[in-house]
Amino acid sequence: MNIEQANEIAVGRMMAAHPVLTGVARAGAVIPGLEQRMLLHAGPPITWDRMSGPLQGALIGASIFEGWAESEASATEMLAGGEIAFDPCHEHQTVGPMAGVISPSMAVYVVEDDNHSHTTFSNLNEGYGKVLRYGAYSSEVLDRLRWINDDLASTLHDALTASEGMDIRALLAEALHMGDEGHNRNKAGSLLMLKALAPSIAEVAKDKGTAQKVLQFMGDNALTVLNPVMAACKAMADAADGVEGSTIVSCMARNGTDFGIKLSGLQDRWFTAPAPTPDGLYFSGFSADDANPDIGDSTITETAGIGAFAMAAAPAIVAFVSGTPKDALNASLEMYEITVAESDYFTIPALGFRGTPTGIDIREVVELGITPRVNTGIAHRKAGIGQIGAGLVRPPIEVFTEALMAFAQQYDI
Amino acid sequence: MTEVRTEIRQGTYADSVVLMQLQSELARLEGVLDAGVVMGTPANLELLKSSDLLSEAAETAGTDDLIIVVLAESEDLAIQALSNVDSFLVRGAATQTDDYRPKSLRTAKEMLPESNWALISTPGKWAGEIAREALDLGLNVFLYSDNVSLDDEVSLKTRSTSSGQLVLGPDCGTTLIGGVGFGFANRVRRGPIGVVAASGTGIQAITSRIHQLGSGISQAIGTGGRDLYARVGARTARQALDLLARDPHTEVVVLASKPPEPAVAARLLSSALRIDKSIVVQFSGFSPPASRVCNLLFARSLSEAADLAVDLADGQTSTTEDLRRPYRGGLLRGLFAGGTLALEAVQGLAPFLYPLFSNLASDLAEPLTGQTALEGHSILDLGGDEYTVGRLHPMMDQQLRIQLIEKASLETDLGVILMDVVLGSGSHPDPAAELAPVIGKARNSSGAEFLVIVIGTDEDPQGLAATCARLEEAGATVLSSVTDAVGLVASMLSTPEELTGDMPGDSEGHPVGLDTLGTPTAINVGLESFYDELVEQEVSAVQVDWRPPAGGDEQIISVLKRMRS
Repeated sequence: MNIEQANEIAVGRMMAAHPVLTGVARAGAVIPGLEQRMLLHAGPPITWDRMSGPLQGALIGASIFEGWAESEASATEMLAGGEIAFDPCHEHQTVGPMAGVISPSMAVYVVEDDNHSHTTFSNLNEGYGKVLRYGAYSSEVLDRLRWINDDLASTLHDALTASEGMDIRALLAEALHMGDEGHNRNKAGSLLMLKALAPSIAEVAKDKGTAQKVLQFMGDNALTVLNPVMAACKAMADAADGVEGSTIVSCMARNGTDFGIKLSGLQDRWFTAPAPTPDGLYFSGFSADDANPDIGDSTITETAGIGAFAMAAAPAIVAFVSGTPKDALNASLEMYEITVAESDYFTIPALGFRGTPTGIDIREVVELGITPRVNTGIAHRKAGIGQIGAGLVRPPIEVFTEALMAFAQQYDI
Repeated sequence: MTEVRTEIRQGTYADSVVLMQLQSELARLEGVLDAGVVMGTPANLELLKSSDLLSEAAETAGTDDLIIVVLAESEDLAIQALSNVDSFLVRGAATQTDDYRPKSLRTAKEMLPESNWALISTPGKWAGEIAREALDLGLNVFLYSDNVSLDDEVSLKTRSTSSGQLVLGPDCGTTLIGGVGFGFANRVRRGPIGVVAASGTGIQAITSRIHQLGSGISQAIGTGGRDLYARVGARTARQALDLLARDPHTEVVVLASKPPEPAVAARLLSSALRIDKSIVVQFSGFSPPASRVCNLLFARSLSEAADLAVDLADGQTSTTEDLRRPYRGGLLRGLFAGGTLALEAVQGLAPFLYPLFSNLASDLAEPLTGQTALEGHSILDLGGDEYTVGRLHPMMDQQLRIQLIEKASLETDLGVILMDVVLGSGSHPDPAAELAPVIGKARNSSGAEFLVIVIGTDEDPQGLAATCARLEEAGATVLSSVTDAVGLVASMLSTPEELTGDMPGDSEGHPVGLDTLGTPTAINVGLESFYDELVEQEVSAVQVDWRPPAGGDEQIISVLKRMRS
């Protein structure tokens, strides 16, 4: 077995993935293994008693949304007692930001990688403030979810069908030239999505009011494209997964308690350690004391070579990561040290259109002691309060060391 | 009640400037009486001890561990002081330069693809591996680090001689390449004198003096203190000599070293003897063969070496008439009547012919195991007691010499017979008459060269001119001093070695390209001051923000190694 060759194959597949957003569907109807009375959540597997506030809140909210429970108390009892099952999104070809909770009747984006005949999924972004992904489930939250699930979902599905899908890889490549890095900053990408779908939305919406509301909602939410982008990155990461002998990271995800990674060459095995609290800037009135440990599947963007890895493309948000545009360049330059390839598709103008650092090799991470950078939003530790800041987080080195030793054992090195 | 409190951070490496900043910030905290922040080297532990800051915990620290100690007015104040360490370290990092600092040599090389040198000054434990990586990346290596094992040095240099790269060091303090100083170097003007030296301060002393005398330095190449050990075989010194021999800007070479091993010195001098430039040799604690041998001048001190080099470069002095002859090979048989002449011949030839055997008691020669058992090159004093029992002294009686000449001429690998003829009253009345026919015959039968040192005057009864003429007619080369003989013999018999890659076990050597001596472009791994010096000298350079691999965890490092092989 040759690790270099295996890694080349893995990262080659990652870059060959061609994720196209083709439509919107019911989670329960399309997500493999999502059973009735089952919820999906972000990050590695976790038991109810170890969950942080936002994740518990989101699961409670989803249980009420589905009509399985009527109150927080009954939902908690059912979730804690095993009446409602929950499982990581990642094990169902799915990703979700923050709590990442997806229930069977929720609408999800369907992203198809036509080069590998593989489908991935993500939920629809709810916008800012009190939202389910931060553990909120007031009637206001659930009402918005229902509108998203009905009007928004069907309009988007019809618009996507009418426009024969949306090439997310091409959209990301363009957004990176417009100041996005694809994780914390999705302003340009969201506008590109809006621009691409607006004519179709106008055409397919059941009435003028719906068209207006859908366009307004998408345009107001600079995170609109985050979820399809995450599903696209999941497609890329999945393409790289399962290559015998590869030390490439095929998944990074957090559940608000643990940070977990998976390796291409050690498929299906999670390596976890306590999730750190992000280091960042806080909205006024909040401080690090309010912050929940890192949460969400959005680290799939860094896994696929964008997000913090493409920080040099997004000078506008350097304040979140401590400083000057040069710091943004340096952040990307550092990631080249732990990756095996430079993206064929995503390039960084400020680095002379160099491809983004792609394919994290745990050998480099462990040897150099450089953990991947992650740009992230910061959730309040209490359910339902929402985002309180944004900043930078790095996975604990232990998960990489542990994965390295397990790899060596598995392959008898 | 004061309290000493120690925190040890294992496998944490930080530049000393950072440590000093941290130390002074800690010491400024309220209630802190003293603070120490050091890497746990034995020297640093001593330092802590002398400041009464050495706790039991600190004594257990290894050389890659960061020790942070505070002496405070109370336990609480000490704990509080230590809790500030991380924020101080972060603040220190934020004030550093804005340019990206690569964490690995590989990335540094990508950032500066034209780089051709790596300066390495990390703790020795890691330096060998970094040097190997540098060679893999096509870089020449200036290896300042000490505590690199001899095995590592041999393997690095075996590798670099076969690939035509330089490894200067380990423990190389000073080098000047293309007018740029590496490590501790004096600012000297450029000029015609090239230096090869094992010691850093040696280079500094020589180059500074050359500068003071108005001349200048083309290149000064440090080899590291162990380069002239037998196992290393002067691989770097020989590469450096070869380079300077070819360098059009170098007119005169200074070759300096700590006491070399005799076998290695012989190899090196034999090589130096065949270079077409004047070379000033200064080996500490080494008995020079003469003040001059052909193109080689022997200096007794660093300053004299500099003086001689400058005189040579200025044309104030020159090497003597060139007595070098092409290599012919074979063994030397020295058959001397005069004991002092024989001793001088031993002294003159031992540095070139190793091993050299003699019946004379000398540190420079190996003792003969039997009177006539001639192993390797030999010089016999036939006036020695063991030869004169029941026989006249060879000054008067040539019989023993004649026998030995005849015997030697039957040896298959005879190369040169070196002898003396001492005229004057009391000596044999006509030694040439007896010796010339024997020489002529032996010369014809063996093909060996005969060198005869004739000592005498034109007023001696035997007649100096007649004696010389007679010997020359017989085919001998007549000389007037042992010194002249040394150059001749050494050039004919000392093993002419390629200056590159000729150690047993070396693959074929590859000469180092002359472009190596141009203005360097460098990657610095370790001491930040070396990087600052490069930048000050307007050299394109990259500083690697180096840390021990895998946090210094041996088990993980060995797994990583296997995963890369």
